[in-house]
Amino acid sequence: MESLRAPSAAAVDFDRVITQVHAVGRDVVQPAARDVDSAARFPTEAINALRELKLLSAYVPVEFGGMGLDIIQIAKICEVLGQYCGSTAMVFAMHQIQVGCIVHHGQTSNYFRRYLKDLVPQQRLIASATTEIGIGGDLRSSICAVEIDGGRFQLTKKAPVISYGAAADDILVTCRRAADAAASDQVQVLVRKEDYQLDPISGWDTLGFRGTCSCGFVLTATGASEQVLPVPFADILSQTMHPFSHIVWASLWSGIAADAVNYARSFVRAEARKNPGGPTPIAAIRLAETDTVLQLMRSNVNTAVVDYQRMLQEGNVEAFKNFGFAIRTNNLKLASSQLIIDIVGRAMLICGISSYRNDSKFSLCRHLRDAYGAALMVNNDRIMNHNATMSLVHKEA
Amino acid sequence: MYREKVRAILSQHGRLSVPIDTLTDESDLYNAGLTSLATVGLMLALEEGFEIEFSDSMLSRKTFGSIDSLAAAVEALSGK
Repeated sequence: MESLRAPSAAAVDFDRVITQVHAVGRDVVQPAARDVDSAARFPTEAINALRELKLLSAYVPVEFGGMGLDIIQIAKICEVLGQYCGSTAMVFAMHQIQVGCIVHHGQTSNYFRRYLKDLVPQQRLIASATTEIGIGGDLRSSICAVEIDGGRFQLTKKAPVISYGAAADDILVTCRRAADAAASDQVQVLVRKEDYQLDPISGWDTLGFRGTCSCGFVLTATGASEQVLPVPFADILSQTMHPFSHIVWASLWSGIAADAVNYARSFVRAEARKNPGGPTPIAAIRLAETDTVLQLMRSNVNTAVVDYQRMLQEGNVEAFKNFGFAIRTNNLKLASSQLIIDIVGRAMLICGISSYRNDSKFSLCRHLRDAYGAALMVNNDRIMNHNATMSLVHKEA
Repeated sequence: MYREKVRAILSQHGRLSVPIDTLTDESDLYNAGLTSLATVGLMLALEEGFEIEFSDSMLSRKTFGSIDSLAAAVEALSGK
């Protein structure tokens, strides 16, 4: 499994990349964040700014012209973006998951090697259609099937959610391998804007992550049979989509949490300034407590991402089938999605009514609404149920 | 002008172990007893006194090393 290995060393100075992401965050992403949130609109200017930095191909290996960043670095970018706008960070993170699937599982195919090369100059945004109406959110089963005839395929999927579907250039679709295949015998197909049609079936008027525009669509697509990724979806999921998703999501959530803590710090500092010689304000103790929770959250992400990067470098595909790895990955998601709510809530207690107001400079309303999405988008109960089943047999060494 | 006011604030909030008059503008404030915890109160007082806000990059030992360096930092922030 040569292709699963982590990309070769980065072609760029990563510190410089992070400085650029912060600059885009300050100058473009954050100024648009409130409007993106209130209008529930796609963060066009933010994603275009990331395109200009060629970050949509950041995970593409150097030999294809990409930056060749590793998952640790991608996670860091997600975290930084999370500090400026949760929706932008989420779109970026989800796109990277799709790029990860193609980088890890498409390199044996001429079509996907060419696609990776094209991704660098074209900066195409890739969405994902995994869940399907009628299967209740289970990724490992599909009703729709890719039907191949004479080198061409046809595909129709009723997707309750395709995040930023309307703004995407390409969509990676999960479906059954053939019309007569079992529900769990799945593949992923890359469909391209010029070859697919999206008919809206539901909108996206939610509490948080409003800018991801995760509407529902009936997707109808055609294309060449080589657009089917040459690896079973079960392998893609366990080796890439599952760990990659939970790592990039937890990273951006920790960015949102860190931003909330920064609001709190700035609030306490303004208070302390009124009496510089006096005792440290009580609110500063709350701030210090909140910092310990943030550190815990970040440490969790860091442990998971370092672990995953090591596994990618070792290229031992059997290791990904280990229940312990799956449980730890799920635990990262479960814990992070709860800690973000805890941290934002603590930051709100520190900032008081200012954070509760929509119209104050210390408003944390968007942070809180985004925070509640973390446990619900990919439902924690479903994940906990998987862990419950695996925990019956898995014993930590 | 900045040095005068920095001196006044430093004498009140720096918790130095020597009288402020014994220090030149270049004297090492850490040698004069400034601790890293005391720099927090000093920073807050400077922010209040000059209506400025220190950036993270300025919160270094170098910035708080002397009256000169503090005055330079305050001047840079006030100019914005």
